[in-house]
Amino acid sequence: MTTVPSPRDLDFLLYEVLDTAALAARPRHGEYSREAFDAVIDTARQLAADHLAPHQKANDEHEPHVVDGKVVTIPEVARAFRAVADAGFIAATHDAELGGMQLPHTIATAALLHLDAANVATASYALLTTGAANLIAAHGSDDQKARFLAPMLAGRFTGTMALSEPDAGSSLADLRTRATPMDDGTFRITGTKMWISGGENEIAENIVHLVLARIDGAPPGVRGISLFVVPKRLVDDRGAVGATNGVVLGGLIHKMGWRGTTSTVLNFGEQGPCTGYLVGRAHHGLACMFHMMNEARIGVGRAGAAMGYAAYRYSLEYARTRRQGRLPGEKDPTRPQVPIIEHPDVRRMLLQQKSVVEAAVHLTMLCARLVDDLETAADESVRREAGLLLEVLTPVAKSWPGEACQEAISNAMQILGGYGFAREYPIEQLYRDNRLNPIHEGTNGIQALDLLGRKVRQDDGAALTLLLARMGATVAAAREAVGGGTAGTSTNGGGTSLGAAHTLGTLADALEAAVARLAATTGALGEASATLPPARALANASVYLELASRTIVAWLWLQQATVAARALVAGTTGDDAEFYRGKLQAARYWFGWELPRTEAQAALLTRLDSTVYEMQVAWF
Amino acid sequence: MKIAVCIKRVPDMDVRFKIAASGTAVDEAGLKYDMSDFDGYAAEAALQVNEKGGGGEVTALCLGPDAVQETLRKALSMGIDKAVHLKCDAVPFDGWAIAQALAAQLGGGGYDLILFGRMSIDSSNQSVGPMVAELLGLPCVTAASRLDVSGGTGKAQRELEGASETVEFPLPAVVSIDEGVARPRYPSLKGIMAAKKKPLEVKPAQLGAVTVTVTTMELPPERNAGRIIGEGPDMVPELVRLLQTEAKVL
Ligand SMILES: Cc1cc2nc3c(=O)[nH]c(=O)nc-3n(C[C@H](O)[C@H](O)[C@H](O)COP(=O)(O)OP(=O)(O)OC[C@H]3O[C@@H](n4cnc5c(N)ncnc54)[C@H](O)[C@@H]3O)c2cc1C
Repeated sequence: MTTVPSPRDLDFLLYEVLDTAALAARPRHGEYSREAFDAVIDTARQLAADHLAPHQKANDEHEPHVVDGKVVTIPEVARAFRAVADAGFIAATHDAELGGMQLPHTIATAALLHLDAANVATASYALLTTGAANLIAAHGSDDQKARFLAPMLAGRFTGTMALSEPDAGSSLADLRTRATPMDDGTFRITGTKMWISGGENEIAENIVHLVLARIDGAPPGVRGISLFVVPKRLVDDRGAVGATNGVVLGGLIHKMGWRGTTSTVLNFGEQGPCTGYLVGRAHHGLACMFHMMNEARIGVGRAGAAMGYAAYRYSLEYARTRRQGRLPGEKDPTRPQVPIIEHPDVRRMLLQQKSVVEAAVHLTMLCARLVDDLETAADESVRREAGLLLEVLTPVAKSWPGEACQEAISNAMQILGGYGFAREYPIEQLYRDNRLNPIHEGTNGIQALDLLGRKVRQDDGAALTLLLARMGATVAAAREAVGGGTAGTSTNGGGTSLGAAHTLGTLADALEAAVARLAATTGALGEASATLPPARALANASVYLELASRTIVAWLWLQQATVAARALVAGTTGDDAEFYRGKLQAARYWFGWELPRTEAQAALLTRLDSTVYEMQVAWF
Repeated sequence: MKIAVCIKRVPDMDVRFKIAASGTAVDEAGLKYDMSDFDGYAAEAALQVNEKGGGGEVTALCLGPDAVQETLRKALSMGIDKAVHLKCDAVPFDGWAIAQALAAQLGGGGYDLILFGRMSIDSSNQSVGPMVAELLGLPCVTAASRLDVSGGTGKAQRELEGASETVEFPLPAVVSIDEGVARPRYPSLKGIMAAKKKPLEVKPAQLGAVTVTVTTMELPPERNAGRIIGEGPDMVPELVRLLQTEAKVL
């Protein structure tokens, strides 16, 4: 089995593009060094290979089911959860005093990519626990931290995020679960949550649900939502796990993919009282939850990137070994058949995947790097700018990897031909598993509204302005790397160092134009929103999200290409040179084949195309 | 109880190797290195014997250039207490030369148990452990798949073709470890951080004279792709014919 992501590519991103080694100089991570970072990633690699990959398929084929009211999962799941917890990954980024390891988010993300790629459904139990733990660490009381957080970080309890209800998915403002204040300061929780991942499981001693609910008499809408810790079993002052707490499994949902993670309907307070503990201030639950949701959203992108990468690597290996057909022009039927990677159309599908999955990993890692800057950069302006960039990048980091990797995985399947469609091969499962990513943690449609309706507008567009400036700096750096000025058109790509310089110059010009296009389109939509009804102004938000995503990905590819071109110009040889040429070629592909679609998208958006908006319900 | 475990840094086997220009070694460009597989089992066995015995000390030794310190750190991050780097420019092929350097360090160290992997997965000589035993005048057990120690006596299980045997031996002793003992543990994040503070001593390796050298190294010839000639009993005559005429194995 090949390693995902490829170690060379990961090293490239971490140390050549994102300057991760610098994080070891920050006081919070002072105990680390590059060697320690690499050792952490090695452990993740080993965990993935030994504890996750081997039962990826079994956890899909034997999905969790209910026996006598209890959820049965294959035993490998609990063992893997234990191994991930024991290795320290649940607590990895947390404070040392809480039992954490103060690992930078960038390294944690690099590590988790391996777990996602090997077996996302099993890894999810640990990832959900980390997410819920992050929320209690940020907003919980000392008592909540002692009672719930510590056992979660140690892997004794799992965690969930219980927002959605049968009738409140995208519109959390309309959720109906109720919280009734009790004399002792606790709350009685009543209501039904749906889709809750990991909501029931027997892999650990207890489950800690983080539940959004409305305190009786709370104002309507998002300003009346509060956040509660609701354990499956009550935990006493000394930390002992006791009686059940009125959280009852209503049923499991049977899904297309990601089957190994339970998806549950949970009834709170229907059979016996259910106690909840308020986290943070009353009516501020959604704000607290968003703290976790931003990380969760970047996590969704990471999962998509990992699955796309896994499919890419598998289909690449397959294309190198599967022999089929001969090249056009070969008339002699006794000549051996060629490995299918010799067929240009197969290389097209591989290049599409490479350009998507390596950028998706980059985008995820960049966001993690920005979270690190936000939390630990010494300079206040660096922290502020990281926060701003994350505002605009998060909706893209959530939506684009899953969306683009679906197409990439489809190409992987195509490369395997009939075998790709067969359950004996891993691609179809990755295709099913990844399909969740555009849906959960806020659908991609909701991300589009968030980006166009909020993120690019707030503070007079400060976040987007900063992002565009960063893109401009990348253009300048690319030009500087090739000796200033623009370099004419290239015909021979990155084959020689001269070619590398030419390619880079061309890409820099193209990104400059794309940045101008994104800025102009955003401006035009901004002006329109001043006069048009909001529903009309936001009607094509998904197209805008795609335009922004494709431009951001071009920016990432120019960064990678600049590093690669510099190395080639400096005379790198051997396997490293091949690696860098591959980077340049993937960048060329993105700019030549994928970025130009933004021209049509910009035109559609700028003319405020009303085809969709004016389509009437009765006309369908 | 004092335990020593000798580990080797070897290339990751998961790659397509190339032969170096010298024609006598693999091309090291782009290779990743890690602890040899069986040495990982030996490290695990050392840790388990130590944990059961309660409160001894495990030392890892590795011979080679500076880069082997990474492998020693890995051993430390698994929970081994201290490390000794026996420094030399390159690891010779000749196990006898290596064994002398190790024995020079281990002799007089007061070790109750000296563990090796059954063999290193790069050179597969299976020789260094027994040679060290010989040099130190200690009993030697090879390819143990289980190891228990109590009261100055060791007990090891060895796998044979279709059977297994258990041997007993007095300590101190040298044992080489096969897979079958528990899988090597992962360096946890805590272990990785703790390893940075553990002692790692560097000493010049007192290598013996090299008597065996590699003269050529070759990759196996490329195999032709397999061919499916058909399915079912009807195809057997054709298969036999091809095995006789083309493959010439019958
Ligand atoms: C496998 C799985 C796991 C999940 N895990 C969890 C979990 O652990 N915890 C949790 O709380 N939830 C979880 N969810 C729920 C998930 O977050 C919701 O499914 C998602 O938010 C969409 O809600 P919905 O299904 O009710 O769809 P709806 O909200 O009904 O949306 C249906 C469609 O309408 C569109 N739409 C809705 N409103 C708007 C709008 N205002 N503007 C434009 N378009 C709109 C959506 O984009 C979508 O295309 C999970 C879901 C799945 C499938």
